Amino acid sequence: MYTFSSKLKTFSFILMALGVVGIVAGFLNAPKTIEDVEKLLADSHHNEASHSEKVSHDAHAAHAVEATHAEAKVVDSVKVEAVDSTHAVAEAVDSSAVAAVAVAETHSDNHDSHKKDELAHSDDEHQKHLEHVLHQLQNKPWSALYVACIFFMLISVGVLAFYAIQYAAQAGWSPILFRVMESITGYLLPGSIIFFILLVAASMHWGHNHIFVWMNPDVINPKHADYDKLIDLKSGYLNVPFFLGRAAVFLIVWNLYRYFSRKNSLAQDAASDNSNYKKNFKLAAGFLVFFIVSESMMSWDWIMSVDPHWYSTLFGWYVFASFFVSGITVIAMTTLYLKSKGYLEQVNTSHIHDLAKFMFGISIFWTYLWFSQFMLIWYSNIPEEVTYFVTRIEHYRLPFFGMLALNFIFPLLILINTDFKRLTWIVVMAGTVILFGHYIDFFNMIMPATVGDQWFIGLPEIGALLFFLGLFIFVVFTTLTKAPLVAKGNPFIEESKHFHY
Amino acid sequence: MSNKVIHAIYNDDDVLMDAVKQTRAAHHHIEEIYTPFPVHGLDKAMGLAPTRIAIAAFLYGITGLSIYTALMNFIMINDWPQDIGGKPSFSYIDNMPAFVPIMFEGTVFFAAHLMVITFYMRSKLWPFKKAENPDVRTTDDHFLMEVGVHGNEEELVSFFTSTGAVEVKVIEKH
Repeated sequence: MYTFSSKLKTFSFILMALGVVGIVAGFLNAPKTIEDVEKLLADSHHNEASHSEKVSHDAHAAHAVEATHAEAKVVDSVKVEAVDSTHAVAEAVDSSAVAAVAVAETHSDNHDSHKKDELAHSDDEHQKHLEHVLHQLQNKPWSALYVACIFFMLISVGVLAFYAIQYAAQAGWSPILFRVMESITGYLLPGSIIFFILLVAASMHWGHNHIFVWMNPDVINPKHADYDKLIDLKSGYLNVPFFLGRAAVFLIVWNLYRYFSRKNSLAQDAASDNSNYKKNFKLAAGFLVFFIVSESMMSWDWIMSVDPHWYSTLFGWYVFASFFVSGITVIAMTTLYLKSKGYLEQVNTSHIHDLAKFMFGISIFWTYLWFSQFMLIWYSNIPEEVTYFVTRIEHYRLPFFGMLALNFIFPLLILINTDFKRLTWIVVMAGTVILFGHYIDFFNMIMPATVGDQWFIGLPEIGALLFFLGLFIFVVFTTLTKAPLVAKGNPFIEESKHFHY
Repeated sequence: MSNKVIHAIYNDDDVLMDAVKQTRAAHHHIEEIYTPFPVHGLDKAMGLAPTRIAIAAFLYGITGLSIYTALMNFIMINDWPQDIGGKPSFSYIDNMPAFVPIMFEGTVFFAAHLMVITFYMRSKLWPFKKAENPDVRTTDDHFLMEVGVHGNEEELVSFFTSTGAVEVKVIEKH
């Protein structure tokens, strides 16, 4: 039996406490009114102007120069608009350049007339923009919370899928690690409860939560100025009751599978026959069928729908690869931690080697899917699709390309060597990089749609990450203490103990 | 010094593995083992040096990647730039995503083919080569261990019989 060391427990509490401080600070610091935003933008005004000049096209640069000649009173709005109208100018002058984002058309209108009478138009435009930034900044702490919450919850879902695959495939090498996997999936219940609360918060727009724009009733109201035909056409699927209902069904079924498989696994320890194991085998097969469908739908619902105009058909697989590799990495790291404390003495370097092979392989698989999605959209260059990558490359350049280095190039080079896959420090280092890289991946999936170019990895983001990390560690290691570390009743346990490659 | 060798024949890979370990423990020199299929862990049990083919494969892959990168750069950018799908080919890096599948395939092509060729050359296998295995049964369901005879022949024969060999022969090697 494992005992939760008081040091680790204290560490997890400290993480949670620091996290709560960061989250609360994030919510308190979010601007409340348009005046707050105006002040914020005025402070960062200089930086933004120079930034916009750097990223814009030639035509736009000329515009920026022109803007500096404008009256001091309107300089603010011109500069601010300069950032947004980047796309619009690009569309006008260069058809080969990437297409405009959804808002670009209105901006381009404003831009033209703006040249004629700057003063008359700027006020209206200015107010509109400030309101937009206000919503983005109010979304920021919610998005930070959402990214960290879904990331850690999906890690446990990824481990659950891996665990089910081990059962369904009747794998002989892994039963020695089953209790570790079961502990990690122990986080699924608390994780999904918090996550569901966040979904409800988004649906009810608690505290200016506008992560999902399609939840705003105005966008499907034909009489309203914000009416959006594309979202309205999707409202048969994207509506709050159906959305929450699907989420509830998915989370409940996953949790039920986790509950029953854990129960059977514990019962198998004391059993004289293999009936519990057989039950788990059938459960796992059934779960995997449900999972493959529900996982894809959950990725549309919880991640892709933050960009309700955009869609990609392999998005579900891409998200799956991301949290699957994170889950396997967490199994490897938890196992190595337990081994370093003297537990799990039957786990040998061959088991670690196999886990590291999965880390390597699924990292490559993730890259394959990421690139398949990227290349098709990049090559076809269809405006409604390519905006997804345009916003990321323009406003999220470092996390977007940095994530590729972290999730592909680093694991590729470090884990390709057979001997390295058996070395604890290499696996831990590669695992840390992979986990960080996939957090950034989820960050890139959510943030561009919810906070746009107002992103920053600051207090709310780090706070949310620390809080869920602390909670994750606490729940996982508490679950570990609940049962013996070796699933001794599993019919394959002897093979697993002597697994050697 | 005689050129005599012992051919100990086994009919089970587990028995063979145990026999190899015992033979090594008794300090007899194993010259070669012929098996109908690759026996897992046999190389380690025999004490063979680890393979370096992975290093070769990595280098071949790098070679393939470089060649195909240069190839695409010449064909698509330098020699005959075209405007494909509104993406004029004036710079390699701007059009790189389109070349990635080719670069990848080139890497795999080079690594795989050169690895196989290296393996055949290193194993001294080439077309029309005469088979080396001394007993045809090693292509079916038997395993043969060839051990050099140094010292007492009788003792060796009884030793191999005790390791579970179904047949032990002493052969004069040319």
